[in-house]
Amino acid sequence: MTIVEKILARASGQKSVKPGDVLEPEVDVAMSHENAALVINQYDEVFSGTGLETKLWNPDRIAIIFDHRVPAESSKTATNQKKIRNFVKKNGIKKFHDIRSDEGGICHQIIAEYGYIRPGYVVVGTDSHTTTHGAFGAFSFGIGATEMASVWALGVVLNVEVPETIKIIVKGKLPENVYPKDLILHIIGKISAQGANFKVIEFHGDTIENMPMSGRLVLCNMSVEAGATSGIIPGDAETAGYLKAAGVTDKIENVLPDADAKYCGIIEIDASKLEPQIACPHTVDNVKPISEVKGVKIDQIVIGSCTNGRIDDLEIAAGILKGKKVARETRMLIFPASWSIYKDAMKKGYLEIFSESGAIIMNPGCGCCLGIHQGALGDGEVALSTTNRNFKGRMGNPKGEVYLCSPAVAAASAVAGYISSPVKGEN
Amino acid sequence: MAKVVYKFGDDISTDAIYPGRYMATVLPTETPQFCFADYTELNKKLNSGEYPKGSVIIADNNFGCGSSREQAASTINGHELVVIAKNYARIFLQNSINLGLNLITCPDLEASVGDDIELEGKEVVNKTTGKRFGTLPLPEARMAIVEAGGLIPYTRKKVMEKYKV
Repeated sequence: MTIVEKILARASGQKSVKPGDVLEPEVDVAMSHENAALVINQYDEVFSGTGLETKLWNPDRIAIIFDHRVPAESSKTATNQKKIRNFVKKNGIKKFHDIRSDEGGICHQIIAEYGYIRPGYVVVGTDSHTTTHGAFGAFSFGIGATEMASVWALGVVLNVEVPETIKIIVKGKLPENVYPKDLILHIIGKISAQGANFKVIEFHGDTIENMPMSGRLVLCNMSVEAGATSGIIPGDAETAGYLKAAGVTDKIENVLPDADAKYCGIIEIDASKLEPQIACPHTVDNVKPISEVKGVKIDQIVIGSCTNGRIDDLEIAAGILKGKKVARETRMLIFPASWSIYKDAMKKGYLEIFSESGAIIMNPGCGCCLGIHQGALGDGEVALSTTNRNFKGRMGNPKGEVYLCSPAVAAASAVAGYISSPVKGEN
Repeated sequence: MAKVVYKFGDDISTDAIYPGRYMATVLPTETPQFCFADYTELNKKLNSGEYPKGSVIIADNNFGCGSSREQAASTINGHELVVIAKNYARIFLQNSINLGLNLITCPDLEASVGDDIELEGKEVVNKTTGKRFGTLPLPEARMAIVEAGGLIPYTRKKVMEKYKV
């Protein structure tokens, strides 16, 4: 069996499963953000007319993390957040992260940082980038609010069809200035935005084995942009080390694929030949090597999000921006993925470098990634961003354009004012 | 019989169906006003009733890709639009089924804006051209939810079994 087949077999009490089997796996973590407001609505609806009081299956397995519109941009959002706070209090939900600098951040970063995740877990989240947690060897996928209401009531996901798995083997050392973001953009460009629809991507190869968790999170985070139900990376010493540092004390048991596991496709990639990659407007699979898009003038640079707002992303950006200025006709926004990253960046002097360069340091959250909270584009404006989507209208304006890239390309381009390679002497 | 009011291409995202800036609006009773908000004419005609309930929209591959926002399904549901696409993205398909929206998968459909479309059993009939096109059934695992009228009644039944009501 593949990793996901093994996880689903365990979670549904079966000896073995195969693609197409229909199961009701038990859920280990059920995560929501502000859309918990709709989940609560649907959850109440489930119990209405039954004569039963509402009852969560297990409040300890529910996580609610405010990140999409923090602090609230409107009275409507503030009222939704208030409704969720009351629900959390009434139901004794402990894995709750409010708008606070001592616990807050983007949901996918918090789940990792707080060690809420283990290899082998079944994780569902009312956010499509829930695929992120596959980086820990878990089966982690996005669902809608009504489905989450069902999970809150029953503790299982109903009628899950075991997905097929695509195996992607990545070999070789990533060249200097080429990062996991470039690798996943390359993969999405290669297999297309629907290349993994209804399937799981299992990542293998020495490039992955040598990659730190921060990079593995990038790969799994963006697997959904190829349509994947989840990305997944076999757990190893790196996984266990990360979780231990996050305060996890229980024994980590990895779920590894069998030698005779069946895959619906196998793709091999030579990482050593990659150059920085850019996803051009308006689809994530419209990917080109940077050499083909260099020179596009940029109005807004964004570094941040659940994809690339981690400390090593900020370190790369600070290294490039140190002693330099953001180009006069370009503005730069930096959104660390969590408050602990923000504070780490402060201690390491990165925030000072950013503010000296003219970049704006925003509070951790989803920010302008999906155009709902600050950083909207003007008509005809162009953004270059380390976020994960460039759909038309994504950054708050259908008359704007979004290009996606790594933090290194974003920082180099901020200095230049146009899409620019981080490789010295290549512009 | 209903008219095709809009023809989309590939990879229509949930941001196109329901832009992120309206996501603070969550209730199915309130989301329909923002349906395809950035397609200004389409949105206006849906909201004014010029395109009546039951109108048909057609699309190519990967309709509903992107976010898990359920508003993308509820906004279409509110206008009772009939969606016919070559195929759908996973979360959008599941959300639609969960809300009782019956998406039609028709890989070979040929139709233009203004054509009259009729569903006859497992076929889509383009009454304007006279051509008939086969459809693919929903994944079997999802049918139980559709037959129950959506995930809320389906879950409600399971909850009552769990607590032996």
